[in-house]
Amino acid sequence: MTDAATRRAIDAVWRIEAASVIAGVARLVRDVGLAEELAQDALVAALEHWGRSGVPQNPGAWLMTTAKNRALDRLRQNAMQSRKHEEIGRDLEALQAHVVPDFVDALDAAREDHIGDDLLRLVFTACHPVLSTDARVALTLRLLGGLSTDEIARACLVSEATIAQRIVRAKRTLSAAKVPFEVPCADALAPRLASVLEVVYLIFNEGYSATAGDDWMRPALCAEALRLGRVLAGLVPQESEVLGLVALMEIQASRIAARTDAQGRPVLLLEQDRSRWDALLIHRGLAALERAEALGGARGPYTLQAALAACHARAHSADATDWVRIVALYDALSQVGPSPVVELNRAVAVGMAFGPEAGLALVDALAEEPLLAQYHWLPSVRADLLARLGRSDEARGEFERAASMTRNARERELLLARAAGSH
Amino acid sequence: MRFMIMVKATPDSEAGVLPEPERQAAMAGYHEALARAGVLLDAGGLQPSAQGWRMRCTAGGRRSVIDGPFAEPQSLLAGYTLIQVRSREEAMEWARRFPAPMGDAQDTEIEVRPLHELEDFGRGDARAGLSPR
Repeated sequence: MTDAATRRAIDAVWRIEAASVIAGVARLVRDVGLAEELAQDALVAALEHWGRSGVPQNPGAWLMTTAKNRALDRLRQNAMQSRKHEEIGRDLEALQAHVVPDFVDALDAAREDHIGDDLLRLVFTACHPVLSTDARVALTLRLLGGLSTDEIARACLVSEATIAQRIVRAKRTLSAAKVPFEVPCADALAPRLASVLEVVYLIFNEGYSATAGDDWMRPALCAEALRLGRVLAGLVPQESEVLGLVALMEIQASRIAARTDAQGRPVLLLEQDRSRWDALLIHRGLAALERAEALGGARGPYTLQAALAACHARAHSADATDWVRIVALYDALSQVGPSPVVELNRAVAVGMAFGPEAGLALVDALAEEPLLAQYHWLPSVRADLLARLGRSDEARGEFERAASMTRNARERELLLARAAGSH
Repeated sequence: MRFMIMVKATPDSEAGVLPEPERQAAMAGYHEALARAGVLLDAGGLQPSAQGWRMRCTAGGRRSVIDGPFAEPQSLLAGYTLIQVRSREEAMEWARRFPAPMGDAQDTEIEVRPLHELEDFGRGDARAGLSPR
């Protein structure tokens, strides 16, 4: 292999193993920032060794052992500086006995037992509410996705320096707040899990909704969020909302190919060529939704959104959409998490199920809603309903208003085209 | 990026001999690792070609059915694993870890191929005529 090929092979191993290695080391040093540093040291060592001798049979175990040995060195140094070194020395011996002898075999056995728990601890730590949302996203991509600072920067459309700083600060915040490296128990679990799911879905939407930036990293974000969701579903298989989120992302991702036309312009859901939807992802999404519902999670917000997405996925044509069921699902969604955006989407569904007049009445009730004041979807929905009622002058005005509000050039074009089409 | 890891058939697999429990466990463990890593999309084992058939589409639009079994096991599939990964190298790394389907006792071959991606079709109508993924 050439140097570049070896480098790429090692990068691939890193992508696969980074989260486990960082998580395994963090259990020893109880500090994810330090754990990542030590894991990176192991990666540098790997580049040195594997460049000469090739990638070993079990590269994950190699990285884990190397990183853990560095962690032990670090703990030993700290212990030496401490007065109680005798006592800690004994602890370290015990610790070392657990990690070092027959290291690959012992580690492999230990790996299977601990790895899931450690990973879960890492997920909860990276998504800890003490961190800002931006920081959680960056840290999750870094620690769980094994993405480089440069890749995260490109994905989030900010400079590399900004991301580097964000990650450093996040690690410092976790240290300063003495966030324990653990899975929250009983009562704390639900809100903490919600924080994790929020981060995963944010990552997905960062890739899915913004059409700004043509960089390949944007779609890669959808794929990464899906991967994280699937990993999480494996770690906490009894949590219905995790499955609900996975189902939602699988079904939304199934439409990626159909969401833009040959010129890259957005295509609305009901106008998409459904033969371009990804049947495998739909199948996976529906299966995850079924499991979420079987676990009794049918009224969870993500599961409800997945159920909504599933209504479209199941319809072989736009005409076959079960709008009455969609209205019912929006009713349920607005009960568990009322929001003007949900109300607006509900109005759209009502307009489809029971006619534009009924929909328009609901939309007009939202006209004064401050949270929707900057939201181009409101005039756009209104325009659509007005057009269907034959009130074309009003419709044109609303399409134009919507066009002036969107920041997305492609979307503006689409809205202006619709304005021009309303005579 | 999606890759299909294809396990080639052997005389044993064609004879309907199931792999030893040890092999089956290794295969299950490997697929569990794929699932834990969030990269497994689908996987399956195929029954011997004796259970299947070929549909030959000849020039002129005629079709004929040829029942299995078929010769040359190495040209047949015994199983597949579909993964979604971030790079070709990552697919290579997972393929490297694929357990030998028949253990060390027999020669076997695994073939890995990338699936076509959206951009291969220029996003537009070039995909028309292909079945949806």
